[in-house]
Amino acid sequence: MSAGEATPIGPDAVGGQESTGGWTSALRRRAVRALPPEKLLPDTQPAYMASWIYVFGVLTLAAFLVALASGCVLALKGPAWWHTSGVGHYVNSLHLWSVELFMAFMVIHLWGKFFMAAWRGRRALTWITGAVTFLASIGTAFTGYLIQQNFDSQWIATQAKDGMNAVGSGAYFNVMNFGQMIMWHIVLLPAAVGILIAAHLLLVRRRGIVPPIARPAPDTPPSAAETAPLDSATGIRPDAEPEARS
Amino acid sequence: MPVDPVHTAYAAAVNLNGPGHYLDWGVIQISAANLTVIAVMIVLFILALILPFPKGRGRR
Repeated sequence: MSAGEATPIGPDAVGGQESTGGWTSALRRRAVRALPPEKLLPDTQPAYMASWIYVFGVLTLAAFLVALASGCVLALKGPAWWHTSGVGHYVNSLHLWSVELFMAFMVIHLWGKFFMAAWRGRRALTWITGAVTFLASIGTAFTGYLIQQNFDSQWIATQAKDGMNAVGSGAYFNVMNFGQMIMWHIVLLPAAVGILIAAHLLLVRRRGIVPPIARPAPDTPPSAAETAPLDSATGIRPDAEPEARS
Repeated sequence: MPVDPVHTAYAAAVNLNGPGHYLDWGVIQISAANLTVIAVMIVLFILALILPFPKGRGRR
């Protein structure tokens, strides 16, 4: 392709989204359509969100960030530091207690969302990513207990190996293998939890906070999916919220 | 050292050194620490439902 035939680039091309080609512009159009900036960073929230039960999601996120930051410090300084120095003990404890709070806040968040039936209104994927994050967090906490380098971790590892061998996964996930467990704990599982949390948050922004049962969602501008053509056979919009179908 | 029941109960609740205290009902067994955490979580959940939330700006 010569320079004269190249697709124009620059501000004009970005503004006129339909005129650009390639996977980047297609991805951009799709991303903006799915999550426009006013949804990604909203100025207002529905009035029904004024309840303490809606606070536990962000408390979980805050505790996760503290666990992540303290874990980074532990990784940088090493076990000789966290086992012997006063500051090391403090950061080690900070890591433990932030995780304790993370799990507690997450379970309270889970209770609240369960009793709200928070999967309503096309929020199933939000619910599923939250549930999978919970499972990944249990694995992360478990491998964390395995790498404490004390008698407690030895006890947990020797008990857990029987369970792992009983289900046939001991050869691939060897809880007695310290090197493997520390890599699961500081690389694979935190990455999984972080990516899942990011996806969960973006889905919360996209679908909005779930309204209380028997209360309609606020009059937000309809998304592209909500303005999709009606199903010719049923006369309803396939992906519309149940409340909107009646 | 004289045994003070109140002090003993307080120390058992907050002292995490040494072997844990366990409660059991038949096949159900749980440490006092874990049971305390679950109880606190349930209390927090109930309080979150009933306590009024401060009024804020920017809600519709």
